[in-house]
Amino acid sequence: MAFIDYYKILGVDKNATKAEIKKAYRKLARKHHPDLNPNDKEAELKFKQVNEAHEVLSNEEKRKKYDKYGENWQQGEAYEQAQKHQYSQQQGQYQRSSGFEGFEGFGEGEYSDFFESMFGGGFSGGSRSSGNVKFRGQDFNAQLQLNLKDVYTTQKQVLTVKGKNIRLTIPAGVTNGQVIKINGKGGPGVNGGPNGDLYIEFNIMNNTSFKRDGSNLYSDVDLSLYKAVLGGDITVNTFNGKVKLKVKPLTQTGSQVKLKGKGFPKYRKENEFGDLYITYNVKLPKKLSEKEKELFEELAKLQ
Amino acid sequence: MKDIHYVAIPDLCTHYQLEMSFFTGLKDYGLIEIISVEKTNCIHQEHVADLEKMIRLHQDLNLNFEGIDTVFNLLNKIDKLKSELNQTKNRLRLYESE
Repeated sequence: MAFIDYYKILGVDKNATKAEIKKAYRKLARKHHPDLNPNDKEAELKFKQVNEAHEVLSNEEKRKKYDKYGENWQQGEAYEQAQKHQYSQQQGQYQRSSGFEGFEGFGEGEYSDFFESMFGGGFSGGSRSSGNVKFRGQDFNAQLQLNLKDVYTTQKQVLTVKGKNIRLTIPAGVTNGQVIKINGKGGPGVNGGPNGDLYIEFNIMNNTSFKRDGSNLYSDVDLSLYKAVLGGDITVNTFNGKVKLKVKPLTQTGSQVKLKGKGFPKYRKENEFGDLYITYNVKLPKKLSEKEKELFEELAKLQ
Repeated sequence: MKDIHYVAIPDLCTHYQLEMSFFTGLKDYGLIEIISVEKTNCIHQEHVADLEKMIRLHQDLNLNFEGIDTVFNLLNKIDKLKSELNQTKNRLRLYESE
């Protein structure tokens, strides 16, 4: 367990006054507060460190203890325990020595091991107005990987987050990188405080031949030279099946047609779909028979 | 029909150890909407998460109503920008894979 330099965390001198400590704490708390830095784990960690440093240095008794032992706090603690034990034996009864013991635990991971070991994990209310303040639980972040096909329809899933099963409805049309918040499904609150929230980020893998831009889909369709020149019917793939399409005569390569409502579902808009854009790619024959060559030569003479 | 749930503000005062004036202040700044249900001032359940955020900003950072309003406006802007950035990244993929 490593020693933590609380003065360094707050960026103050060892002789800093209470006012200087408070000022430094407020400045850093404003910078790293999790509500001002949503989904930023580094800021969350720094905020905890800053809170812990303030918790110790703003409390006279804790600061005195911390200053007394400094980096040798482990040996100091053992020495103090031994002294107290000897004293209590002399008094004929055992008394608990630490003034910080007996407080309720403050939630998993809120304080460092160093703090827990030195001060017993209690909370004296140094940074707050009351020793019985309710704290909102920690927000949880999770990532969910889905295929593009999975988000074409609304579906229900059960997620396991920190051992808890959470039933989740994933609306059709969710986009890659989108984050949804599930109220109250984060960490439990402390002292009756409300639960945190669960944030789920969707990573959507596209292993289809379609490209997606919001609710619109794009795909390329190869056309034979003859179909492009003379026109006719073709069958193309849409996301949920095949459709018949009329190709106009003299269709150019790169030209685009829009299939209205054949795109992707619009997020949270029931029965509304984007469009599918098909780009024609005219393929020239790679080999010609003698007869075909003759006919092309005849055609060329007509030009 | 979907049930509409309201949370009584006197309960919130007790829960968060705050004066009623704090909630009326937030209302005056247009940060929350207070609805009267059977002669009790209430807030819509859907707005409780935002309200909790305002309380934390007030208690942790000593922000006054103007400060909370500014933070909320900036956070909303960040959210919009993040969403735009995400859309742009997704659109960029259309061209990167060509």
